[in-house]
Amino acid sequence: MKRAGFTNIWLPVSLLLPQLSIIAIFFYWPAGWAVQSSFYLQDPFGFGSTFVGLDNYTDLGRNSEYMRIAWFTVVYTTLVTLFSLGIALLLAVKADKVIRGARTYRTLLMWVYAVAPPVAGFMGIMFFDQRTGPITDLFGVFGWDYKLGVNYNDTAAAMVIAAVWKQIPVNFIFFLSGLQSIPRSVNEAAMIDNRSATGRFWQVTFPLLAPTTFFLLIINITYALFDTFGIIDTLLKGEPGNNPMTLVYKVYLDGFRGNDLGGSSAQSVILMVLVLMLTVFQFRLIERRIHYT
Amino acid sequence: MTEISQPAAQATTRPARRPIKWSRVGDHAILIAGALLMVLPVFMIFATSSHDRIEVARTGLQFGFSDQLAVNYGKAMFEKGGFTDTVDGSLMLMNSMILGLGFAFGKIIISMMAAYAIVYFRLRFATLAFWIIFTTLLLPLEVRILPSYEAIQRLGMANTYSGLIIPLIASATGTFFFRQFFRSVPEELGEAARIDGAGPVKFFIDILVPLSRTMIAAIFIIMFVFGWNQYLWPTMITTEESMFTLVRGIKQITQGVVDSNDIPEYGQALALSIIAIIPPVLIVLFFQNWFVKGLTESDK
Repeated sequence: MKRAGFTNIWLPVSLLLPQLSIIAIFFYWPAGWAVQSSFYLQDPFGFGSTFVGLDNYTDLGRNSEYMRIAWFTVVYTTLVTLFSLGIALLLAVKADKVIRGARTYRTLLMWVYAVAPPVAGFMGIMFFDQRTGPITDLFGVFGWDYKLGVNYNDTAAAMVIAAVWKQIPVNFIFFLSGLQSIPRSVNEAAMIDNRSATGRFWQVTFPLLAPTTFFLLIINITYALFDTFGIIDTLLKGEPGNNPMTLVYKVYLDGFRGNDLGGSSAQSVILMVLVLMLTVFQFRLIERRIHYT
Repeated sequence: MTEISQPAAQATTRPARRPIKWSRVGDHAILIAGALLMVLPVFMIFATSSHDRIEVARTGLQFGFSDQLAVNYGKAMFEKGGFTDTVDGSLMLMNSMILGLGFAFGKIIISMMAAYAIVYFRLRFATLAFWIIFTTLLLPLEVRILPSYEAIQRLGMANTYSGLIIPLIASATGTFFFRQFFRSVPEELGEAARIDGAGPVKFFIDILVPLSRTMIAAIFIIMFVFGWNQYLWPTMITTEESMFTLVRGIKQITQGVVDSNDIPEYGQALALSIIAIIPPVLIVLFFQNWFVKGLTESDK
């Protein structure tokens, strides 16, 4: 709060009211309702519900399909995060170094941010098409008989590649702005101490980028968990079948297609707890981040 | 003196040929490869959208252009499709615009008001209000889709623009952003305004809003792109085809590519994908600096 605060009462209340009421109706009510219905078993025909305690949760723990999806989500998130961070870091370091064409490179590397995830998914369908897809042909050269939508791992590969492609721009922008905020004097001092560019990068630049990297790590994990829904839904073409999917897609599938309200709500609550843990972790890092800068 | 030194100086500053620095060539090679990785896929989609559907079905994506560009885009924009034959590209484009603009404006207005109240007023419950708003940062819409959908159903807001836009606003990103910015505004400004007899409303409209112009522009771009690219929420909340946005409609179109027994309408589907990415891409390209500022500062 500012020192020179106004002391009016009704004005700030009415200023806050729109936001607070939207949050109450579209955030707290649904979130509370999800927690509540995760303890109930809904009748599939809508004739009331019975309290079942933690049954919905223990059912999920015993459900081998759910555990398989959870495991896939972990692998998928790890791969998407590592590849998109790695590629973006490499490009950002190079873009920070070159002088000629720096702005053009920056533009060309970041505009894909504006491409919607389902469009990226549709592009995946075209590029990984079983008969005519250019990437399928490329894989064929290496003897990989690629079958999108048929083979579990092949579909997973398309999901990872499309998700990484879509996420590189965000990481690139943050890494580049992180690199540009490193003081010139630090780089010059490093130049005197260490002649090897690779050595300078790992000993000076990379540690200085650590706060950005930690922050991006969280951003990327949330992206892979939630924002890739559009990519996955388009790539699966509405036919999950035997194909891989993430936890969020499973919530959608059980809740909307399967009409399993209790199970879907329990899954929602599990995801909520997961996000809460990530965020707490993130805040602890941000606090620590002050010491770096 | 000058006659002697000049050629010598020239010889040192301008050697016959500068040796090629291979590391620099390598840097450019990596960057060009990266740029191609980003540009080429979309370019091929664009090029292929000018081809006849039979050709696309037979040979897949193309590098070159053909003569069907106008036909495909015309079909994508104006040929009614879907189950009910009520939706075409131009209608979806309009819906996308409404979602993108409505979301961006709504979010900015509501979050600026809330942030102003939290930062500039002596309120006993300001901290509480801040935490109530701030908690929403923790749970993205995706984890509470089903209950949010249920809430919209009970309120009878399914298949309406307000049902589409307002729940998306229920997150604190904007409020948090403006709170940070208002706190960085010098104290003296508020004091000076009060001495000059400006009330809180006048101070907000005449001083604070003009001062935040760059911030508003930056956050507007981020929010417009975010709203335009929404997929999961529109997919659930709009079941009537006349309410489809472009991004939501993509699925319907691609479903056609996948399901149909006839040769799918590739040209039309590809054209629609290009139409769906043009507006947000143009905004990001034209307002690049604001966009980068908005992105790197709003997410912190």
